Amino acid sequence: MKTITYREAINQTLVQEMERDPAVFVYGLDVTDHKGIFGSTLGIEDKFGAERCFITPLSEDAMTGFALGAAINGLRPVHIHQRVDFMILGMNQFSNMYSSCRYMSGGKLKAPIVVRAVIGRGWGQSCQHSKSMHSVFAHIPGLKVVLPTTPRDAKGLLTTAIRDDNPVIVLEHRWLYDIEGEVPEGDYVIPIGKANIVRGGSEITVIATSWMNVEALKAAEVVQRKHGVEVEIVDPRTVYPLDEETIVASVKKTGHCIVADYDWVFCGFSAEIAAMVSERCFKELKTPVSRLGFAHTPCPTTRPLENKFYPSAVEIIRMVENKLGLELADLRGEEFYSYENKFKGPF
Amino acid sequence: MFLKSIINEDDCKKRTAMTNIELNKELYKKIYLMRKAEEKIQEVYYTDVMKTPVHLSLGEEAIVAGVCQALSVDDQVYGTCRGHALYLARSKNLGAFYGELCGKVTGVAKGKAGSMHISCPESGFVASSAIVSSTIPVALGAAFAAKYKKSNHIVAVFFGDGATEEGVFWETLNMACLKKLPILFVCEDNGMAIHAQIKDRQNYSIPEATRSFGLSVHSDDTTDSERIYSITEQAVQDIKKTDVPHLLHLKYHRYLEHVGVNEDYSAGYRGQKDDYADWYARDPVLFQREKLKLLGIIGDEIKLMETEIDQAINESTKLALDAPFPADSELFKDVYA
Repeated sequence: MKTITYREAINQTLVQEMERDPAVFVYGLDVTDHKGIFGSTLGIEDKFGAERCFITPLSEDAMTGFALGAAINGLRPVHIHQRVDFMILGMNQFSNMYSSCRYMSGGKLKAPIVVRAVIGRGWGQSCQHSKSMHSVFAHIPGLKVVLPTTPRDAKGLLTTAIRDDNPVIVLEHRWLYDIEGEVPEGDYVIPIGKANIVRGGSEITVIATSWMNVEALKAAEVVQRKHGVEVEIVDPRTVYPLDEETIVASVKKTGHCIVADYDWVFCGFSAEIAAMVSERCFKELKTPVSRLGFAHTPCPTTRPLENKFYPSAVEIIRMVENKLGLELADLRGEEFYSYENKFKGPF
Repeated sequence: MFLKSIINEDDCKKRTAMTNIELNKELYKKIYLMRKAEEKIQEVYYTDVMKTPVHLSLGEEAIVAGVCQALSVDDQVYGTCRGHALYLARSKNLGAFYGELCGKVTGVAKGKAGSMHISCPESGFVASSAIVSSTIPVALGAAFAAKYKKSNHIVAVFFGDGATEEGVFWETLNMACLKKLPILFVCEDNGMAIHAQIKDRQNYSIPEATRSFGLSVHSDDTTDSERIYSITEQAVQDIKKTDVPHLLHLKYHRYLEHVGVNEDYSAGYRGQKDDYADWYARDPVLFQREKLKLLGIIGDEIKLMETEIDQAINESTKLALDAPFPADSELFKDVYA
């Protein structure tokens, strides 16, 4: 097994799938430029030609519908967005067309589409280049929503997404592209709908999405060192379909559940998990499910407010302490991740 | 015959030499079927056996029949919520049509699509949508797939004048011309978006504005389906030869209310029926029937064609009414592949 970065894992997957299946093609704004979507599409146009890898006009609405027309006619488009926020311009197609196309045809059409989008915090990216939106997409029946966290996830889940016969939205946090990890070579798939236990533990469960796994790992390390408490971290990896069983088994074991979601809390994925865990683990829960997510505001630009907007390891630590009745640890001298101090992996 | 003053005889003779009687009979059958199939809906709608909002095609039959007649079976069409005529132009399955409207398991989509999202992918009517303009970019992707797969077929997408007010329409025109995709845009312009007149909505001319994108544009307000057939045939040839997308801007008069089975001239938003006497005088069904007579087809033969269609409509409606509704378990089927 080779150690590669998240961006290399995505690039390798696109190349492998395009080699395997001539119906696969890649398009979107900026996919052929010198930056290549954080490096994830570099070299693909050279290898496969402009017919199978091309940029488009700044027409997200039309280019979203375009994928559907291609997919129902036997192609397998991979549409890429530099920021998830631009995907919203295609929302009519996602919510009115992608989602219902199979159903409204009485099962005659299928829409194998992958939409990749970059999510999350950057450097002063503010309110329109930094969202996540997975809760919104997962709300709509007919769509699947995937958030790969590790390089291995990136390869396994993107491969599965491309081979899936449904629209699959793949959301990639921009701070994850640099992360290194071991990734199986050759054909490698991870089923959509299978959670990953990122860290084993017995005393409290943290359900974390995307970048929040990095924050949760840091928090778990600090909590273990300061309090001797073992935190279990479960990464659902796919928001829909959801692996309820892995989550339920963990909470039944620990009796405590924190949902650290990389999205707004209100009406968000964290609410879905809280409701599901409360229903299925009511007897085992020693404290009510707690939730962490974005502040209920647009994302501000200035760093101190931005720090308050995004959930962090510190908040997870405090939440664990609060739920378990522990004294607050002294966190002075602890180093946490930031734009300037990025997590490099491996997980 | 009153239509003699409208049908240019020289023109007709010229075309008669060029085309043939079979073509005109075929067109008449299509137009007659579209008209009668919807009159049947008008007839039974009040009994509430079709619990689906219907946007009827009365008045636009010549456009759909003419365009579709010029397409091959491999050419695809994409439509709108006013999609009955398109279905009937492409599919011979009347039972699945009425089954769908009645919400029965025999429906083309087992009753899930209803009238507004009706389609028949197996006959090349791939999709329709009740959100104005939403199938336009989908047709663009279909045209891309046709080119990508090096197939020789084209894609025709039907939409109303109101759809040209949506941004995605212009986005699609740009991409279609930029990538030289085999697509035919068919704008069915009835001058109305629900109850709003075009003068209150558009500060541009559809042919002028679209032409500026590099499309080849043809405008007409004929109700002669053969003429529309000829225009389309030429457009399809050009698209295949030149890789330039074409747009047909075809006017018609919507006979009925936006949604529903009744006339609504009394509502006052678009004048009285008499104001549209010119359109009714060249009604597509009357026009084509008169044309058949001019071509020497006798009344008995026309009657025979009509009776056959009437019978098929009656039988299909009865079968749909007698068919079962889908089982409850059908609700969760076909959400995902």
